[in-house]
Amino acid sequence: MGSKKVGNQTIVFENGPYIISGHTIAGPMEGQGPLAASFDTILKDTSDGEKSWERTESKMLEKAMREVANKADIPLDSVDYLLAGDLLNQIISSNFAARQIGLPFIGLYGACSSMALSMAMGSMLIDGGFGSKVICSASSHHETAERQYRLPTEQGNQRPMYGQWTVTGAGGVLLSDSGTGPKVTTATIGRVIDYGETDVNNMGAAMAPAVADTIINHLNDLQRQADYYDLIVTGDLGSVGLQLLLKVLEKNNVKIPNNFNDCGVMIYNTEQDTHAGGSGCGCSAIVFAGHLLKKVYAGNLKKILFIGSGSLHSPTSALQGETIPAIGHAVSIEV
Amino acid sequence: MVKKDLRPPNLNITPEDYKELTTQLSPKPTLLKNTLLAFLIGGLICSIGQVFVNFYMIYGGLPPLSASTAGTASLIVIGAVLTGLGVYDDIVKVGGAGAILPVTGFANSMVSPAMEYKKEGYVFGVGAKLFSVAGPVLVYGISSSIVVGFIYYIVGLVR
Amino acid sequence: MFEMIIPAFIIGGLICVIGQLMMDLTKANITPAHVLVTYVTGGVILGGLGLYKPLIELGGAGATIPLSGFGYVLSKGVIEGVDENGLLGVFSGGVEAAAVGIAVAVLSSYLVAVVFNPKG
Repeated sequence: MGSKKVGNQTIVFENGPYIISGHTIAGPMEGQGPLAASFDTILKDTSDGEKSWERTESKMLEKAMREVANKADIPLDSVDYLLAGDLLNQIISSNFAARQIGLPFIGLYGACSSMALSMAMGSMLIDGGFGSKVICSASSHHETAERQYRLPTEQGNQRPMYGQWTVTGAGGVLLSDSGTGPKVTTATIGRVIDYGETDVNNMGAAMAPAVADTIINHLNDLQRQADYYDLIVTGDLGSVGLQLLLKVLEKNNVKIPNNFNDCGVMIYNTEQDTHAGGSGCGCSAIVFAGHLLKKVYAGNLKKILFIGSGSLHSPTSALQGETIPAIGHAVSIEV
Repeated sequence: MVKKDLRPPNLNITPEDYKELTTQLSPKPTLLKNTLLAFLIGGLICSIGQVFVNFYMIYGGLPPLSASTAGTASLIVIGAVLTGLGVYDDIVKVGGAGAILPVTGFANSMVSPAMEYKKEGYVFGVGAKLFSVAGPVLVYGISSSIVVGFIYYIVGLVR
Repeated sequence: MFEMIIPAFIIGGLICVIGQLMMDLTKANITPAHVLVTYVTGGVILGGLGLYKPLIELGGAGATIPLSGFGYVLSKGVIEGVDENGLLGVFSGGVEAAAVGIAVAVLSSYLVAVVFNPKG
């Protein structure tokens, strides 16, 4: 075993890559939320002139991939790997976006944890010496997710109060072996945890134990306390999942300073009536690559633990009554 | 299935306790408000239906039974058009079962998947998805009516 | 023109309230489809037992517009079919009685689905 692995499931990067740029594209609803100012592009409508929402999602992701390279002033050709993930069957948004880009591509599926997963994998590729520039990205789209996982968009239905709203958005970051600024310093790859939740509308509850497991292992492996970080931010637990996470951590004697938050909670106003907050790959992707990364660049945040949370069910498994397995992947970003 | 023997450190909470915690922390539906709105919207849609029925009886000269059928058919068309205009899902969001249960809601459940999957073609998209909710309704409705009819038939024979 | 409006409002409203309670009080995973199926089947059974007719006499459209009314039409049709055609009526009566509703629903839904696009 290499010396980079510490404890049970954490990797400490020797030469952690720099996050040299980030780009975000958000949907109209996200553009009315509190983080609107942090997004690079806000779509006027959910289709953005495309004939299907699937095409819109793929186009957003492609644009995010191109723009991160553009912003960092790096020709796209010099990027070694493209990592991306999304929620649609066979990750078509990522595959189709990568078709347009034409770079070596690794498609990832970690459900809503895809952004954190892609950053962990990208950092491994760079620290391992397998490349020097990696684009890590993820996307989701409210309408594409809705029609795949739930009901047709025009079908009337009352969403439960603990339900979450899939974010329309695509975000990407460019990792580089050289540069200045924030670095990915460690990554904790999560394991799949299932606490028996069967309600697909209550994904926060399904994912909270997996996130708790990853946080506990991360802190144990590195012998850190939670207050080591300025911010511990989860991907899309929503308000219900975040409360559950804090309760579970408390039961496991993790001292909880007041530094926990969740991208799904941050992205919408309560007046937007999303119930428990945002969800989807795009949720953590645009909050991280937009709002949080800007704060890190500005020096307002120095140490972040970013934990993507993914709920690994499918419409088929849900219909067959299976419980929902979930996963959390953590990366720490330090200046 | 929930796996119990993971490598430690394990979460210090049993799935049963976690389930209880989840129930505790998940907000409940606003029962009183939902019920009241279901009553109002459901009642409103049915009254509109009654106006149609009355209209067909008085001005159309239809007998009550045909007027009732025509009223139902009219509401089906209205429900379908409102779904096409993208309004009906907002009515359901407010009215819940009050908008799902009337035939307008049935029309919504037929149009919405058909429209949504139009991009996947007119046979497998529109044609097949038209029945994604209407199919089960017809299957259970027709089958149960056959059972009822059969029992009625047997009872008639025995008598 | 406006007779039976109030009874229709009350009976229709109450029928919908029962459905709302079904959705809110049971564990999630109850979709509109489940409620619709339950109601149509319920309408057939109540119709077969002769319990739905009084409701229609009381509430008019309040009892025929909810999907349980569609179930009632099926059961009423099947009973009339048996009276007229015996065993064959078991199979033909229900669908014959419901034919107008089904045909209108299929055609109007098809046309609307073809003409309009989902707004999201």
